[in-house]
Amino acid sequence: MHSDRAPLSLKVAAGAGLLFLHLPILLIFLYAFTTEERSYQFPPPGLTLKWFAVAWDRPDIWPALRLSLAVAALATLIAMVLGTLVAAAMAQSRFFGRDQISLLILLPIALPGVITGMSLRSAFSVLDIPFSTLTIVLGHATFCIVIVYNNAVARFRRLSGGILEASADLGATGFQTFRHVLLPNLGSALLAGGMLAFALSFDEVIVTTFTAGQQQTLPIWMLEELVRPRQRPVTNVVAIVVFLATVIPILIGYSLTRHGSETAGAGK
Amino acid sequence: MTVPAPAILPARGAGDRIGALFWRHPRLLLALLLAPPLAWLGVVYLGSLAALLLQSFYSIDEFSGVIVREFTLKTYGELFRAQNLDIILRTLAMSAAVTLACAVIAFPIAYFAARYARGRWKALFYLGVMLPLWSSYLVKVYAWKLILAKEGILGWAAERTGTTFLIDAALALPGVGGNSLSTSLLGTFIVFVYVWLPYMILPLQAALERVPLSMLEAAADLGASRAQVFRTVILPLALPGAIAGSIFTFSLTMGDYIIPQIVGTSARFIGLAVYQLQGTAGNLPLAAAFAVVPILVMLVYLTVARRKGAFDAL
Repeated sequence: MHSDRAPLSLKVAAGAGLLFLHLPILLIFLYAFTTEERSYQFPPPGLTLKWFAVAWDRPDIWPALRLSLAVAALATLIAMVLGTLVAAAMAQSRFFGRDQISLLILLPIALPGVITGMSLRSAFSVLDIPFSTLTIVLGHATFCIVIVYNNAVARFRRLSGGILEASADLGATGFQTFRHVLLPNLGSALLAGGMLAFALSFDEVIVTTFTAGQQQTLPIWMLEELVRPRQRPVTNVVAIVVFLATVIPILIGYSLTRHGSETAGAGK
Repeated sequence: MTVPAPAILPARGAGDRIGALFWRHPRLLLALLLAPPLAWLGVVYLGSLAALLLQSFYSIDEFSGVIVREFTLKTYGELFRAQNLDIILRTLAMSAAVTLACAVIAFPIAYFAARYARGRWKALFYLGVMLPLWSSYLVKVYAWKLILAKEGILGWAAERTGTTFLIDAALALPGVGGNSLSTSLLGTFIVFVYVWLPYMILPLQAALERVPLSMLEAAADLGASRAQVFRTVILPLALPGAIAGSIFTFSLTMGDYIIPQIVGTSARFIGLAVYQLQGTAGNLPLAAAFAVVPILVMLVYLTVARRKGAFDAL
């Protein structure tokens, strides 16, 4: 009975499943070029490049893009520092409460975003904290920690403690060991984690709607357009930008960690 | 006669002394490493969750709309009003349906990737699942708005192939139908399945990869047919993976409020209720009480999943 050839029905089902995952995204690209502005008519009556120019000239897109970039950069930075620290601690030793800590790191992403968002919103209300860019960063950094942690902890586990001792035996100071031994070994895993964290933050909308107040990040701008459309193809142009801004960091992250036992993204 | 150099080099400065201190007291280093991240998660996250709980025990003054900061169970009582209970039950039913559909669609992909794909194909399948998982959530939802719209690609394809009656029949179903797919619960369901599918594939694939080939051969040697091998060997071993995946699909569906807002009817889900109550309605206590429901459901779910060994498959 056992053979290494997959039955045809399985191949078809698996292939159809993969197509189901990918075809919808291609449509976004097509609709950015349509000449039809008011409906989602298929096939598009004609193709045009003008929406890219229109999107470029729309004054409301630029501040949203800038805010998204600033929030993603800040949140990634905080998450990289905190995620690496906790990964270093978790990889090197076993201690009381270790399981609870790993649950605590995972919780912000395991519970639905609406809970994280609503919790932060309640805290801001109870403490009378006004909404600002910082309140957005606060939420984003919290759920980005786990992404950096996942990438860093896998690398720390592969890194034998012996080379740190060897470095110290050879007379390196703590800083030199960090600079010349630890950092080069961790570098690509941290970069991959950072890329994924950036992608996650840049795209986040659920938590953000609870913590942004009146400010608009790019995904919130998109959400507004989806609920109350003005120039539909412009939304598609922005969607392409958001798509590329998330996919490119993911591909870089993937290629950075491809050869290790760990692979970036496996633990979203 | 020369004095032998001491075995321990003298400290060259503060750096060496700190290094030595950490070497002798590894717990100190551990505490220093853990302090900043734990402080952040403890204060920002656990603190916020505590605030959520606190808020849910407050109530709102019905006349002035001001939040009354006194302990009461009144807000939780409101959850049991018919319309609110409806929202909760509808959300749970949708989450269960989405989870089941995800498991069915994910299984062939995960099984093929785990058992047959090698080398290049393996990488292709991996990226093929990973890219949709990570690419922009809003863009994916938007893509389905384009597909399911009345004049969109699905309607066009149905017209070309003369299968419009199938869509019409589906839309005529009581309860889940509607004017067009993009304004029906059926549409909401399809988009949910699409968006959370990768979360089911990955743990399922991980579980299937751990099924040893020799076990399948042994089953065949003992005279099991293909169907019997599948039912009595593969399926039970894949179950922990499916449960692990279902944690994500269930929890994510339960908390989502964007998808029902963009593709669907005016029927509300827990996420949407939380969002509207905290925003336009300004009823933070009831919004908080609603948000506690998914937490409780997930706690029960996780306890059951743990008993079934789902955490080993994550």
